[in-house]
Amino acid sequence: MTHATTTASLMRPPFPAERGVDAHNLKLGMWVFLASEVMFFTALIGSYVILRFGAPGEWARPGTVLNVPVTAFNTFLLICSSVSMVKAFAAIADGNQKMLKVWLLLTIIGGAMFVGIQAYEYTHLVERGFLPSGVRDGSELAALVANGTLPQATMGLYGSTFYIMTGFHGFHVTCGVIAMTYLYFTKALRGKYTQQDYRGIETVGLYWHFVDLVWIILFTIVYLI
Amino acid sequence: MGFWRKYIFSTDHKIIGIQFLFLSLFFLLMGGLLAMQMRWQLGFPGKPMPGGGILPESMAPGGVILPEYYIQLVTMHGTFMVFFAIMPLLVGVYANFLIPLKLGAHDMAFPRINMASFWTAFLAGMVMLASLFVPEGASRAGWTMYAPLSARLDLSGAGLGQSLWSVSIVFLGLSSILGALNYITTIINNRAPGMTWFRMPLSVWSLFITAILGLLALPVLSGAAIMLLFDQTIGTHFFDPPAGGQALLWQHLFWFFGHPEVYILILPAMGMVSDIIANGSRKPIFGYHSMVFAIIAIGFLGWVVWGHHMFVSGMNPTLGSSFMVSTMVIAVPSAIKTFNWMGTMWRGNLHFHVPMMNAVAFVAMFVIGGLSGVFMAATPVDIHIHDTYFIVAHLHYVLFGGSLFALFGAIVYWYPKMFGRMMSERWGKIHFWLTFVFYNLTFFPMHILGMAGHMRRLYDPTQYDFLKPYQPMNEFISVCAFLLFATQSIFALNFVISLFRGRKAELNPWHDNGLEWTLPSPAPHGNWTQVPSVYRGPYEFSSPLVAEDYLPQTQKLPTDQEPAVLAGAAS
Repeated sequence: MTHATTTASLMRPPFPAERGVDAHNLKLGMWVFLASEVMFFTALIGSYVILRFGAPGEWARPGTVLNVPVTAFNTFLLICSSVSMVKAFAAIADGNQKMLKVWLLLTIIGGAMFVGIQAYEYTHLVERGFLPSGVRDGSELAALVANGTLPQATMGLYGSTFYIMTGFHGFHVTCGVIAMTYLYFTKALRGKYTQQDYRGIETVGLYWHFVDLVWIILFTIVYLI
Repeated sequence: MGFWRKYIFSTDHKIIGIQFLFLSLFFLLMGGLLAMQMRWQLGFPGKPMPGGGILPESMAPGGVILPEYYIQLVTMHGTFMVFFAIMPLLVGVYANFLIPLKLGAHDMAFPRINMASFWTAFLAGMVMLASLFVPEGASRAGWTMYAPLSARLDLSGAGLGQSLWSVSIVFLGLSSILGALNYITTIINNRAPGMTWFRMPLSVWSLFITAILGLLALPVLSGAAIMLLFDQTIGTHFFDPPAGGQALLWQHLFWFFGHPEVYILILPAMGMVSDIIANGSRKPIFGYHSMVFAIIAIGFLGWVVWGHHMFVSGMNPTLGSSFMVSTMVIAVPSAIKTFNWMGTMWRGNLHFHVPMMNAVAFVAMFVIGGLSGVFMAATPVDIHIHDTYFIVAHLHYVLFGGSLFALFGAIVYWYPKMFGRMMSERWGKIHFWLTFVFYNLTFFPMHILGMAGHMRRLYDPTQYDFLKPYQPMNEFISVCAFLLFATQSIFALNFVISLFRGRKAELNPWHDNGLEWTLPSPAPHGNWTQVPSVYRGPYEFSSPLVAEDYLPQTQKLPTDQEPAVLAGAAS
């Protein structure tokens, strides 16, 4: 046994202890971590709110820069992957390893497609001249700025806030996809989750729903208003 | 278990704590070296620094410190001391080392995440250290990194070093978050049977509240540092006023993190001092429950006071007043703690061992630092002393006089459990007295300089006529600072020599009640083969029930009941 597994086996239940909450360590640890994540996204979203309200002039109208229908579909996809995550959790809670594998794989595919569509969106936006620093000279969007469709003064802030918020959300989705893929191959495929112990699925599920929830907020405040 | 697994990539919380100890003591030395160069320039402006010839032309040609190097010294001294010395010393070392030992757990809840936390902090430290040696030198915006100076490289003249600061802080934030979630989970869920919430030592209580502060404050700093990094590198405009960004946004984000950070830097010290003072007084801590609630109150109030760092930023005076009131309210729980420490010592059977001396010094210095804090909380006074040496004096009274004295005490106190040997008592006392004297001679006159209007981060005080009469005081401070720095070599030698030559430590050298003292010194991997049961709180000194003047938490008296194991404990 390696050093880490020795430690882990020492700590595995039954471990007589004063319990503060009736949750296993992984679940409690994930909730605590999510509290930290809330503060991270609050810093980004709060800055966006402050910068937008204090901006020197109008903000670009929704739909003039961003492709809302494509991202609306992407939002739908991410919500669906949250549903399939719940189905995976429900399957293993019933002890159904086969359906766990199916639903977990679907969740992974949903998450990966979300990141893929976001990457497509980014390349398309950059092509049209939308950068984190603002609008690229001589691009399609620069023409819109010149004819007054897009406000000159706030495009820099628009690019900065858009890319940092959606970018870090995309990074979180990517991390979730990697984590689920790891669990899929090392645990789910090998039948290591049972009706008695499926803590990993429960924990990664919490993370996944959190990432989904953040996206619903971001989609609303970045794309729709 | 090979050497690498046991000492380098270890998942054992005690080894990780010791790794943090060596890393942060190294940065304490680095921060001190930078401070000595600053003190040379302030005491003897424009004179070649002894030994300064080894510095390159870009820093100090002929040993004379350049202004652009001086501001790097200021910035990196603050950064090293706050982020890489005091914070990891308190949290990285003692949260890791003490929490499982004092709660009767085998290890942290997530040992591998704990290891990741240390190595992320190590990486952050190395990146920060490297930033001193890149072509344009380190960051030049002060440790608070105010925008737009920090965000616009064309304004500060810094280059890569400025970006490395941001990168390093993002890593440090990640490390602290990983650590904090481990500490919180362990404290909530992995306590030994009978270790109820109100039987936890105050050190663990304070580390718990500290971990919550770190968990929620560090992501805000990380987010801000990422925005700053993007402003510097890919041309975003978060803190860039000409393009609509807001320089003040940085100040709000930084201090929203920064004020909880202030309590991250003092609460663990308060907790460990409580343990040591009860031990040195051979009395139960006075007002245990009020101590706990005072810690919680300080932790909560820390979130609603950040604006008091920004009184001169042009904020609405009404808003300033509300920040002033909330700040002054913090004096209440702080005073509760101070009076409880005095109540603990009052008519106690005082044992002035080295940790006790340092702990008592902590209380005295914290009172001075705390009272000067109340001065600055008042907006009318703060407008006068803002960004002067009064602020420098205040923050060193709480960070050096407070945290660092507590740490000197804590290092000596838990040294036997870490390394199995005792540090020298005699040299410990010599180190304490010299440090105490030179420390006060160094930092107390800074209050006077500040009242006279001596600006913080000032390169050459002699260029102002109104500061010329105070130049002898600056010289005096510098000489005392050099002596203070030299005194620390006693501590360093005591620390290193005791590793090899120190007296072998018995199980419980301080006759303390905590669970960690039932283990061999040094404690073995996995700590306990059989999880201990806990029968009482940690401060039962001079109990009439037993012959000795201490009563360990694990000692079962005939009247004690076995603690009930909760039904959910096995799941």
